[in-house]
Amino acid sequence: MEITLAHYLVLSGVLFSIGLIGVMRRKNLLMLFFATEILLNATNIGFAAIAHYHGDLTGQMFAFFVIAIAASEVAVGLGLLIVWYKRTGKIDLDIMTSMRG
Amino acid sequence: MFEAIAFYLFAALTIAMFTITVMTSQALYALTAMAAGMIFISAFFFILGADFLGVIQIIVYTGAVMALYAFGMMFFDTTRTVVEKRDNPRVIFILGVLAATLVVFILVSPIISTHIEANYPINAAMGNSETIGLILFTKFLVPFEIAAVMLLVAMIAGIVLAGKKMDKSLTLMAEEEIALMSATQAKPETEEGAH
Repeated sequence: MEITLAHYLVLSGVLFSIGLIGVMRRKNLLMLFFATEILLNATNIGFAAIAHYHGDLTGQMFAFFVIAIAASEVAVGLGLLIVWYKRTGKIDLDIMTSMRG
Repeated sequence: MFEAIAFYLFAALTIAMFTITVMTSQALYALTAMAAGMIFISAFFFILGADFLGVIQIIVYTGAVMALYAFGMMFFDTTRTVVEKRDNPRVIFILGVLAATLVVFILVSPIISTHIEANYPINAAMGNSETIGLILFTKFLVPFEIAAVMLLVAMIAGIVLAGKKMDKSLTLMAEEEIALMSATQAKPETEEGAH
């Protein structure tokens, strides 16, 4: 019973689907951020698996840059979220309707 | 054999943890379940021989990102159950089907691309961290520097956005004081943002 590349890619796809469902389900912005972290982690597994099975380090390098982008996204996103919470007292997507077209 | 056991064990644990994160209505449960899921994901990196990536995953995700979320959650009212209004379950169904087709494409893609050449092959004589250091500081130097500048920009943005008026504690003030403070602050801040 050998674990192949397809096993890892299935796992990556399943985790990505969980994250995608979370992005669609959530109305609370903090929970929405959690779902985006799941998306980024799912792609990282795929990158690392392909790097291992093709004997190429490029996948791992991409995973590093994805982690760096995730860290900066959290810093800026949480800053914006705190400012919004101080203004309105809620972090709900449904009440963010100040820009009516 | 042991690789298979480890893979299935950690796959089940990761999927369970992330399902809890997505489905629960308690913010604290979501946070702790996601921290656990991040650590379980680092196990896959260790199985795949990407030792350095696994260590970075633990340090950056569970050390920095989760701590940042825990810090951010101190500002929000997290003890309450998160109430979310869902008026359109059909959209979630359609996008769930879309996600399933995505899984199929991910499955098929390695069959299509069977002849891939390794640009930066894994050298068995050197360790994982050594090879990564060698490639990161030669071939990927410019993206590395750009990532450094991006992290600096993110740090400045975080300080500017969240660091304002930290001397006033919103949790120790009465409701009227907060309302008065936000009423007096709302005007000059909006003017400030206009230009």
